[in-house]
Amino acid sequence: MIAAIQAEILAKSFNGLVAVDALTFKVDGGEIFGLVGPDGAGKTTTMRLLTSILEPTSGDAWVFGHHTVKEAEAIKEEIGYMSQRFGLYPDLTVMENIDFYADIYGVPRKGRGERIDRLLAFSNLTPFKRRLAGNLSGGMKQKLGLACALIHTPRVLFLDEPTNGVDPVSRRDFWRILYQLLREKVTIFVSTAYLDEAERCNRVGLIHKGKLLALGTPGDLKKLMEGTIVEVRTPEPRKATDLLREELKSDSVGLFGSRVHVVTLEPDKTMKKAEDILKRTGLKLMGLRLIEPSLEDVFISVLAKK
Amino acid sequence: MDFEEKEKAVVVKDLERRFGRFVAVNRVTFEVSRGEIFGFLGPNGAGKSTTIRMLCGILAPTGGTGRVAGFDILTQPEMIKAHIGYMSQKFSLYEDLTVEENIDFYGGIYRISREKKRERKEWVIEMAGLKERRHSKTAVLSGGWKQRLALGCAILHEPPVIFLDEPTSGVDPISRRQFWDLIYELSGGGVTIFVTTHYMDEAEYCDRLALIYRGELIASGTPEALKTKLMKEDVIEVLCERPQDAMGEVEKITGIKEVALFGKGLHAVAEDGETAVPAIHETLKEHGYQMERIEKIIPSLEDVFVSLIEARDKAEKPQKEVRR
Repeated sequence: MIAAIQAEILAKSFNGLVAVDALTFKVDGGEIFGLVGPDGAGKTTTMRLLTSILEPTSGDAWVFGHHTVKEAEAIKEEIGYMSQRFGLYPDLTVMENIDFYADIYGVPRKGRGERIDRLLAFSNLTPFKRRLAGNLSGGMKQKLGLACALIHTPRVLFLDEPTNGVDPVSRRDFWRILYQLLREKVTIFVSTAYLDEAERCNRVGLIHKGKLLALGTPGDLKKLMEGTIVEVRTPEPRKATDLLREELKSDSVGLFGSRVHVVTLEPDKTMKKAEDILKRTGLKLMGLRLIEPSLEDVFISVLAKK
Repeated sequence: MDFEEKEKAVVVKDLERRFGRFVAVNRVTFEVSRGEIFGFLGPNGAGKSTTIRMLCGILAPTGGTGRVAGFDILTQPEMIKAHIGYMSQKFSLYEDLTVEENIDFYGGIYRISREKKRERKEWVIEMAGLKERRHSKTAVLSGGWKQRLALGCAILHEPPVIFLDEPTSGVDPISRRQFWDLIYELSGGGVTIFVTTHYMDEAEYCDRLALIYRGELIASGTPEALKTKLMKEDVIEVLCERPQDAMGEVEKITGIKEVALFGKGLHAVAEDGETAVPAIHETLKEHGYQMERIEKIIPSLEDVFVSLIEARDKAEKPQKEVRR
């Protein structure tokens, strides 16, 4: 089967500064793939390379077999792209914005009405179709951006940090729409700085300073974690953090609200030690257990190894 | 001011702000203790920023009372401004100034004495890990460095209360951890931290949380209490093969309100977990899915907030229709 997206030692420099450094990966059709990393990691540049907006300095990329440089026109028909500052016209209505994008993409007049109605219903924008885009809330603008990117029925959808600065409720709403798209076998390539959001993707690539640090399902990535996390619960987590930091020198101790996390290579020994330390100092122990690492833990662990 | 009041960094009672007929903040009441890390959460447009602006003495309330760091927000806004630190996601640093020049600039704004200024400057540089970069232009610093420098500048005058407005948007995870270590350190020293964030995992780092929606405070408590006591529904984790397809089947089960993809499995929100677990098991078995695990789990903060907000939406639907 031909990959939906394929990159081979894909690289881009700007005036000698490396923004994207030799990325190699594949995304299968119908998959939701998350490119995850902090600001400045190279997420947007990668997306622009894959969408034929930028030409790579070296390496190649294909979308459903079409080369991003040699067959840029074919790619534009296959993909929908929602950039961070997607171009909505604030003085046009919701309906007019979608119609405008339909014209750009040459969507035939015949059947266009039904297509638009479906997209509006699907993004819960039907009641607002006559509202000016400039008067929509952030979450609704996002959905309109998505509807516009989908007007020509693309097979691959690229979303560049679609939920940046969006509150949890709108975020969840947005993800519900993405699941519906997946069911229609659309391939989704999404970038995000939220590591918890990455858990919702089938596969994830962690990117940092232009390089792919790790690639796999969220479950696979968790296996990359160096060491095990011991969670300590006590009524005085700050005092416990200071104590454990002082006494467990070989391990890394962090405070997470009411819990203390100790990353250790010897979990049994560390649990025993932690228990002793708390007992000795008279701090009450409310809970001691091994926990599954979050993707953030993994990211930090992988970065630390580099 | 009696002792008890001294231990409260922020005290707000029936705080209200109207803009014409629109009520942006509707009789909000809460307290934040000295040294506490208080997370203030809510969707965009819920009244978060309006509340913070009132607490910072920038915007006068149209009703209710409030004290911040011991000063009255109505009658002493200038005193408040001198006794708080404020840092927003758009760090207010001058990109074309060096690290030192930015610190000096803020030292001037806060009228810090010459001797004190030197000491505080070294403290900020040390704290932010910028020793080698004190003469670098701010523009070339990474997000994490900028963030720590901005925090340093915001607390140069050692304010007892700090407001952080989405402070860690977009920085890498290691910088985010370092930032929170700093916050814990400050809080340990008695500084009160008032923070807003859209990251629910970050909300878990706070001592106590409040959720504001449509101008009203709809929930408050420790993250633990919110997760275990406030959500009416149960959350069920389903680990099975082809979760994307299974989602469609699980959604059809009566009593299941929502299903979301989560890692290699699903999270289903059910009215009643006791009946939903066997129902999901049955349905998936019937359709030939291999299952690894189906069990009730403690909801995430995100689950709780989405559920609280949607419940509120449902209760108030008619009002929304009229406004359109």
